[in-house]
Amino acid sequence: MVSQFFSYILQGTSVTVAVTLVALPLGLLIGLLLALFYNYGGFWVSRLAAVYSLVMRGVPPIALLFILYFLLSGRLINLSPFWAGSISLGIISSAYQMEILRGALQAVGEGQMTAARAVGMSRLQAIRYIIIPQAIRLAIPPWSNEASIVLKDSSLVYALGVPEILRRAQQLSATTQQPFLAFGAAALIYFILVFLVNRGLDLLAEKTKLPSATA
Amino acid sequence: MINPTYILQAKNLTKIYGENVIFQDVSLDVHKGETIVIIGPSGTGKSTLLRCLNLLTPLNSGQIFLEGQEITAQGVDADQVRQKIGMVFQNFLLFNHLTALGNVMIGLTKVKKMPTEKARQKALYELERVGLLDRADHYPAQLSGGQQQRVAIARALAMDPLVMLFDEPTSALDPELIGEVLGVMEQLAREHMTMLVVTHEMGFAREVADRIIFMEKGRIVEQGSPEDLFERPQHARTREFLGKISELYGKKAK
Ligand SMILES: Nc1ncnc2c1ncn2[C@@H]1O[C@H](COP(=O)(O)OP(=O)(O)O)[C@@H](O)[C@H]1O
Ligand SMILES: [Mg+2]
Repeated sequence: MVSQFFSYILQGTSVTVAVTLVALPLGLLIGLLLALFYNYGGFWVSRLAAVYSLVMRGVPPIALLFILYFLLSGRLINLSPFWAGSISLGIISSAYQMEILRGALQAVGEGQMTAARAVGMSRLQAIRYIIIPQAIRLAIPPWSNEASIVLKDSSLVYALGVPEILRRAQQLSATTQQPFLAFGAAALIYFILVFLVNRGLDLLAEKTKLPSATA
Repeated sequence: MINPTYILQAKNLTKIYGENVIFQDVSLDVHKGETIVIIGPSGTGKSTLLRCLNLLTPLNSGQIFLEGQEITAQGVDADQVRQKIGMVFQNFLLFNHLTALGNVMIGLTKVKKMPTEKARQKALYELERVGLLDRADHYPAQLSGGQQQRVAIARALAMDPLVMLFDEPTSALDPELIGEVLGVMEQLAREHMTMLVVTHEMGFAREVADRIIFMEKGRIVEQGSPEDLFERPQHARTREFLGKISELYGKKAK
């Protein structure tokens, strides 16, 4: 009985993971572009990126999710709730990822760009070969935090009827009258997922860490 | 007409930041193989001048010619010009995520599009030139300041530049590390590399320079051979500056 119970919720895990796997990379891509616009774009491009970030981070994710959902599964574009929800979460996350990457790009420092230009690299080459590889390393720890937020926020697509972990827990709670067990199991699965993601990224940070001081 | 014996020629360069005239009407002729040392008080525009010469900073007016070609002309690809002008910075500015070898190679592979193996050989040769072959796989953080600066010199040399610009290459170094960097520069001068060196190292200026330029407040006050400048300075300001500098650095240099 308990194992059946658990496996029903567990089936939602693949949906949760899938939503995250769409939302996180999409958010990374948009966030990186925006961070580059912010740091290296001209005045107006940079302003535009800043306003985007300000607005997206100033509205509750659930409200944005509904707005984007109705845009993405409306008359013009008609995506399934899964895709509309995942893409919306990616767009919401992009503003936070932009902030992380913008800080990391800035932390790399103006001098690295100067040195790259001095050997004859174009701006784009300098960004690609010199700035981004260093910024990504700096961004891993705060990005790990954002990854766990997206993982947990993926539960918001529950509101669109996507059968992820939380929605299944809700259904079980209603049919079995065992809310503690149902939501407890959901919480445990989330915790394990977040833990794995954070550990994985810690390892990545460790692996890509640059050697410091002289041995 | 442009005199072809000049490898680098600057005509009436003017640079203005906002309301501040950094330098005005600065002209400079550099012969092939010449070592020029630029001295002058800080804030005088020496760094800005070097940055303008390799087009890292735009000028307000004036022309620069490299091997007789105007590089300040409309439509000149500044990235290509910079490949031909090496630059060494006060704070080294090595690429932190790359080893010494990687630092020297990246301009060859990404800018010159040289095949990896050929680039590696060339980079190793340049590291050997600055005496750091045994540090090829060290990251900048694992190198001393003097070693980092020598890698930075190798990185610039790898591009086979026509001219090397040095902006106070030893100012950020502990005194005991200055010699190894000056040694490499001296060797380059002997090999007839064309060099423009901003420095406070008067020993180096006296021994290595073909010509010394004294700059102050955005103007070239005086220039001449080391003997002329050190023994018979024409301007009171030059004498004053040399006096001050030998007070500050004189003891250290010996
Ligand atoms: N990016 C910049 N914007 C505004 N002013 C600058 C900038 N870079 C340098 N300056 C000013 O130009 C003057 C000359 O600086 P610099 O070329 O660094 O002199 P030096 O190398 O001789 O010490 C200084 O007064 C400095 O404040
Ligand atoms: Mg300076």
